[in-house]
Amino acid sequence: MPVNFMPTPQELFRFAPEMLLTLVATIIMVLEPLSGADGKRKFAVISFLSLAAAIALSVAAAGDPGAAFSSMIVVDGFSTFFRILVMVAGVLTILISTNYLRMEEHESGEYYALVLFSIVGQCIMVSANELIMLFIGLECSSIASYVLAGFLRDDKRNNESALKYFLLGSFATAFLLYGVAWIYGTTGYTNLSEIRRVLLDPNSNQNMVVISAATALMFVGFAFKVSAAPFQMWAPDVYQGAPAPVTAFMSVGPKAAAFAMFLRVLMTAFEPVKDRWEPLLWTSALATMVIGNFAALRQTNIKRLLAYSSIAHAGYIMVALTAHSDIGTAAAMFYLASYTFMNIGAFAVVTYIARKGERHVEIQDLAGLSQRRPVVAAMLTIFLLSLTGIPLTAGFFGKFYIFKAALDANMVWLAVLGMLNSAVAAYYYLRLIVVMYMQAPSDEMEELPAPSVGIQAAMFAAAAATVFLGVFPSVVLDYAGKSASFIR
Amino acid sequence: MPQLPIALPSQVPLSWYLILSVILFVTGAAGFLLRRNIITVFMCIELMLNAVNLTFIAFSHKLKQVDGNVFSFFVMVVAAAEAAVGLAIILTVFKNRSTLEVDEVSSMKL
Amino acid sequence: MLETVFFYAFAALTLAGAILTVTMRSAVHCAIALISSLAGVAGLYLLQHAEFLFAVQIVLYIGGVMVLFLFVIMLVNLDAAARERQFHRHWLAALACLAGTGALVALFLTRGAESFKLGAPAAEAAPGAGNIETLSMLLFREYLVPFELASLLLLVAIVGGVMMAKKRI
Repeated sequence: MPVNFMPTPQELFRFAPEMLLTLVATIIMVLEPLSGADGKRKFAVISFLSLAAAIALSVAAAGDPGAAFSSMIVVDGFSTFFRILVMVAGVLTILISTNYLRMEEHESGEYYALVLFSIVGQCIMVSANELIMLFIGLECSSIASYVLAGFLRDDKRNNESALKYFLLGSFATAFLLYGVAWIYGTTGYTNLSEIRRVLLDPNSNQNMVVISAATALMFVGFAFKVSAAPFQMWAPDVYQGAPAPVTAFMSVGPKAAAFAMFLRVLMTAFEPVKDRWEPLLWTSALATMVIGNFAALRQTNIKRLLAYSSIAHAGYIMVALTAHSDIGTAAAMFYLASYTFMNIGAFAVVTYIARKGERHVEIQDLAGLSQRRPVVAAMLTIFLLSLTGIPLTAGFFGKFYIFKAALDANMVWLAVLGMLNSAVAAYYYLRLIVVMYMQAPSDEMEELPAPSVGIQAAMFAAAAATVFLGVFPSVVLDYAGKSASFIR
Repeated sequence: MPQLPIALPSQVPLSWYLILSVILFVTGAAGFLLRRNIITVFMCIELMLNAVNLTFIAFSHKLKQVDGNVFSFFVMVVAAAEAAVGLAIILTVFKNRSTLEVDEVSSMKL
Repeated sequence: MLETVFFYAFAALTLAGAILTVTMRSAVHCAIALISSLAGVAGLYLLQHAEFLFAVQIVLYIGGVMVLFLFVIMLVNLDAAARERQFHRHWLAALACLAGTGALVALFLTRGAESFKLGAPAAEAAPGAGNIETLSMLLFREYLVPFELASLLLLVAIVGGVMMAKKRI
């Protein structure tokens, strides 16, 4: 027990990004009732600036890595990577949200405050080194996301999305907690490094049945959060029903953070019992890819199609987790980074196409987009090609490194089946491109207004990042490779 | 033939608490899967969380640590927060649809 | 001896409450059954010298969360809900749950406390373990940050609850 429990300035500095975001979110809520109906735009600006500042603070904090608050959180390369990733996802979400909210007449400060709170939760998740912190971060992120999913309260689809997300999310949390309870009982610790130490200790003589049962329970919780099979069934309904910008956010931010927490728990605490995880992860990875890709083939709603595609991508990342090596971790990190940009980009276009009340979210609504809005069509093409995994885009290198990691870990079959799956995926992504470029727009289609500045900025930034990661992957990959070893 | 702990021992062994918590957890999980009324489904989650807390306290008592107590304290706080948000969501659903059937709240195709 | 008797009493209360929660038809009855189950769990906390948690369980769970449940049940249309079909046909899932539990219970019954090895006990057994003093020392020192973050969580929950349930913002 530390004698002095006053945090040192150093510790506070390591926690500064989270504190800043919390503070700003609270200030936004204080200012909210003081601002008129047309003064809501400033909250977007405030949250945008605060996220930029928080990214800068995370970079600064990375210069002085180490643990803080009696090893509750740890700032290392891994946590910095994911902190910045979720904040960038937040920035892009805010860019595509402003116009959408104004259109739906629901622009309010609470939306931005909840996005910031959710990001704070995700930052805690990725830097937690203790199961308690991990749990609180997870809940902070989840509760804010439940509310965001149902943000347009009068919309039935939103209600349904929020309800399903909430019920299945809490169900998953209960499983995760039960696993944690058993792990606590058998090892006596909730700190990840301590659990690893106990499991590695040859004298501790653990009963492997109980440890396996506990890890299986935790796996259920994690699999729900990352929408991996067999616990992926909530994702399509939730992603389809939520407001498009929120879906964009949910499919990258909480997912990246959940994967980060999954990776850290797996690699730090349960590395000694990896033989027991491997069959579970292997099966789940394969099932996730197959279910995601084959179900996506039949979809006609773009949001639902992207939801299934996001399940399939979770499957690819699970392949990297199954590899269970530094290369695998680095591949998963790179993949999550590229996935964030291409997916948010795709959803930015969907948000733009959908327009008021989200009436235009069928694939046919894309018909002739190349004539109506050639720039938007080109952007969506970049994102879809990247999601397919075509060379010169981020998605290609993401998949390449993941399958390379799988081959290095002697999982030839998983790699082969994964590649076959991405071939299947090409069909439904290319179908969207065909509809955009080959089909003429039908006559009754309304005029598409020009995209708002925010959506344009988000699209261009995401496209630039997608292409950049596809041409110079080493910039991010080197960093990921270096930080992957930290979570051992 | 292993001896079944049916006789009354002077001190309740840890495994009894654990068996109780397992049964409680599974009852909750089964209720979640079986019930159709949203509010009851949510109550089943509370049952599961209580099983979690019971496990924490039992282990904490046995290990002579207080950490388990702290953890279950946090679980309770989070359960309260979840209940507030969850019941608000349920109210909104009811306001817009006037039903609390899980299956009815499914307009999107599967 | 006395402890065991109390254990049986509280365990019976907990289990009976839990089973009634899952099987009762009316939501109000379910809530009341759940309250009795929670009270049983609270009693079990007391048996294990977790006095603080006992108090929190009564005040927060039974006094707070469950009253919230009852309020919501009051606000929604109960009669319609009670007439609807109560159960899914997920019997397979239920059977799997039952089989899993049976296996686990059998494991514990046959091997007792020896069925797994516990982690090492704390180096220094806390004096009067489980009491409020030790807990508060731990909570406000080592677990200070999670404690503060829990307040953030409650803030998010308040904002969320108001967002979802208020008529006009």
